[in-house]
Amino acid sequence: MKLTLTEEQEMLRKTARDFLADKCSKKFVKQMEESDAGYSVELWREMAELGWIGLVFPAKYGGGDMSFLDLAVLLEEMGRACLPGPFFSQVVLAGLPVLDIATEEQKQKYLPELIRGEKIFTLALGEPGYPNYDASTIATEATLHDGDYMLCGTKLFVPDAHVADYMLCVARTKPRGGITVFLIDAKGPRINCTLLKTIAGDKLCEVLFDRALAPRANILGRLNQGRSAIQKISERAAVGKCCEMVGNIQRVLEMTVDYAKERKQFGQHIGSFQVIQHYCADMATDVDAARFGTYRAAWMLSGGLPCTKEVAIAKAWIGQASQRVLALAHQIHGAIGVTIEHDLHYYTRRAKAADLAFGDVDFHREIVAKEMGL
Amino acid sequence: MDFSFTDEQNRFRQEVRDFLEEEIKTEYWQPACDAWVQGFDPGFTKRVAQRGWIGLTWPKEYGGQQRSHLDRLILTEEMLRYGAPAALHWFGDRQVGGAILSFGSEELKKEFLPRIARGEAYFGLGMSEPGAGSDLASLQTKAVEDGDYYVISGQKTWASCASFAQYFDVYARTDPEAPKHRGISEFIVDARSPGLSRIPMIDITGTEAWNDVFFDNVRVHKKYLVGEKNRGFYQVLHQLDYERSGMERLMGNYPLFEGVIRFAKDNKLSREPSVRSKLAQLQIEFEVGRLLIYRVALVMEEGRAPNWESAMSKAYSTEFEKHLASVAMEILGPYGQLKSGSKLVPLRGMAAHSYLGSKGYSLQAGTTEILKNILAVRRLGLPSS
Repeated sequence: MKLTLTEEQEMLRKTARDFLADKCSKKFVKQMEESDAGYSVELWREMAELGWIGLVFPAKYGGGDMSFLDLAVLLEEMGRACLPGPFFSQVVLAGLPVLDIATEEQKQKYLPELIRGEKIFTLALGEPGYPNYDASTIATEATLHDGDYMLCGTKLFVPDAHVADYMLCVARTKPRGGITVFLIDAKGPRINCTLLKTIAGDKLCEVLFDRALAPRANILGRLNQGRSAIQKISERAAVGKCCEMVGNIQRVLEMTVDYAKERKQFGQHIGSFQVIQHYCADMATDVDAARFGTYRAAWMLSGGLPCTKEVAIAKAWIGQASQRVLALAHQIHGAIGVTIEHDLHYYTRRAKAADLAFGDVDFHREIVAKEMGL
Repeated sequence: MDFSFTDEQNRFRQEVRDFLEEEIKTEYWQPACDAWVQGFDPGFTKRVAQRGWIGLTWPKEYGGQQRSHLDRLILTEEMLRYGAPAALHWFGDRQVGGAILSFGSEELKKEFLPRIARGEAYFGLGMSEPGAGSDLASLQTKAVEDGDYYVISGQKTWASCASFAQYFDVYARTDPEAPKHRGISEFIVDARSPGLSRIPMIDITGTEAWNDVFFDNVRVHKKYLVGEKNRGFYQVLHQLDYERSGMERLMGNYPLFEGVIRFAKDNKLSREPSVRSKLAQLQIEFEVGRLLIYRVALVMEEGRAPNWESAMSKAYSTEFEKHLASVAMEILGPYGQLKSGSKLVPLRGMAAHSYLGSKGYSLQAGTTEILKNILAVRRLGLPSS
């Protein structure tokens, strides 16, 4: 047992932190939130050149051959920086599933351009009635016409769909059971994408499929057998979100403690008041606990171990912990923390969005209940 | 990062489990809450000692096994999982032995460590006083030099396991003129010493949980001074880091946790969404807390005293214990109030015991408030208040 990062991971962390401190200021984040695209092509290219997009993919597709645990470190830094853009969609939601379930031919075709960042990929999974990513309730239908499939249905909260070139779309291919993953041309006809206005300013879309083409050759994995793939995709997405959240609340803790050391009232630094100290101690405990829970799940995922319960514990815990951390951060910052000029709101808005993404606290707590045999 | 145990560690865990299963099968004892601090069983302590499981991390020359702190955590985790009556050796094993090892003379190490490890020397603590709780440095018990002896006078309180203790680890003021942190020394005092007397204190559960311990001119030879004279406060802080470090803060009521889950399943209560949610929430809190405590063991493995790390895990864990007890009461409903031995009592009365007992968990070994002060200052660098 070892609960610290390797030297290489520490270096990756430092490189990422320095790079993002330079390139991803809050001013930049704000611009991206206000823009339609939600990301900068220039920064996207730089991240591709740094090898970040390909970090976790095999070298034979142009990747860096590193592990999911290494990616976890990078995601944490991205969360810390509030990095906008489709990195998460590209790598966690689409790239790794392609690596999991696609044929060698499909991987050769798609992964190199994904890794180079030339095409943008995302995943269309959640639906209006079932935004919590439960594969058993998917209603979007794929029906066979002249040898290929046609997609009908609505996907909701699809990140970055409006800029995506390709979309993994999860659809029902048999009335009962029968879930299949398709890789489709996101810019193709009869796909209608609407950008939603979210609190985090991230780019979530509603995507309508009205007989959109899903070629048979683009089935990823086995026809009708997509459920286990979806489970893995969902678990990985949940852990990836946890990693971003760890970065988020770690930064919030640091900002808050710094502020408590600077801010004076009654002639004293507020950080010398015991009530403020105890708030900060509570925040630190939540952050450390969230970090260990998250990295345990990331480590298990990275090693290919079954970790349904551990993933659910990580996400359920950090969902609660992050809300407590942000609440205390706001209380300690006082009114300046709820102004748009201060940086804290970037973290508050993102923490809530992340809590809601890929299963909220109740959703994951119920998974834990099932895993306990309740 | 690596969250796994080695094959050797897994085998060791299994060995401990097999031993405890056998103990229960032989009906030597029944799993109980708080048994690490209230389960007194000389036979059990002896059998644990025969396996080499007391003083596991200590050097072999003093009767230890030179095993890792992770091994010790695995051992204690299993003892707690089974609610084993380990109180007689717990304090010597957890902290007093370590204090002697860190600060004691060669003579003291040779005199006490092998006997603790053989399960033959039981220790109690003489730290708190009626007027010195969280502000431990203000303690008033005095130790006055008299030739080759110190003469100790005063009162200690909240001494766990004290009725059974053969020795006390006592902190007393040796320099009344010095600033209060710099005038305290640590002694090992034989409980049979003339002038030492004990009065049991009954806790909210109705159990004898502590003693008041009185020192009326108790003579202690100078060789029983632990470490340097007047350095006792710094030594006690070190010892408290170990006192807070372990799994007993999270798993002291594990038999109740297991019991209430089983109860919910057996009574089909686990189909109720609110019950599912409460129990799953406990499981989440439990597993996360366990990681905080493993972090502490890894810090110790690096050869550092765990400081804010054990403050964090202890403050976290006692909240979990309180939450567990509350949920158990909610799930058992009116039956939860029934005490051990009552007609209709579920889970051998563990819920009632734990609900009442847990009120004290966040007070002993450093109140949660003191622990958060430590976290704020030592971990976060906020100014001392």
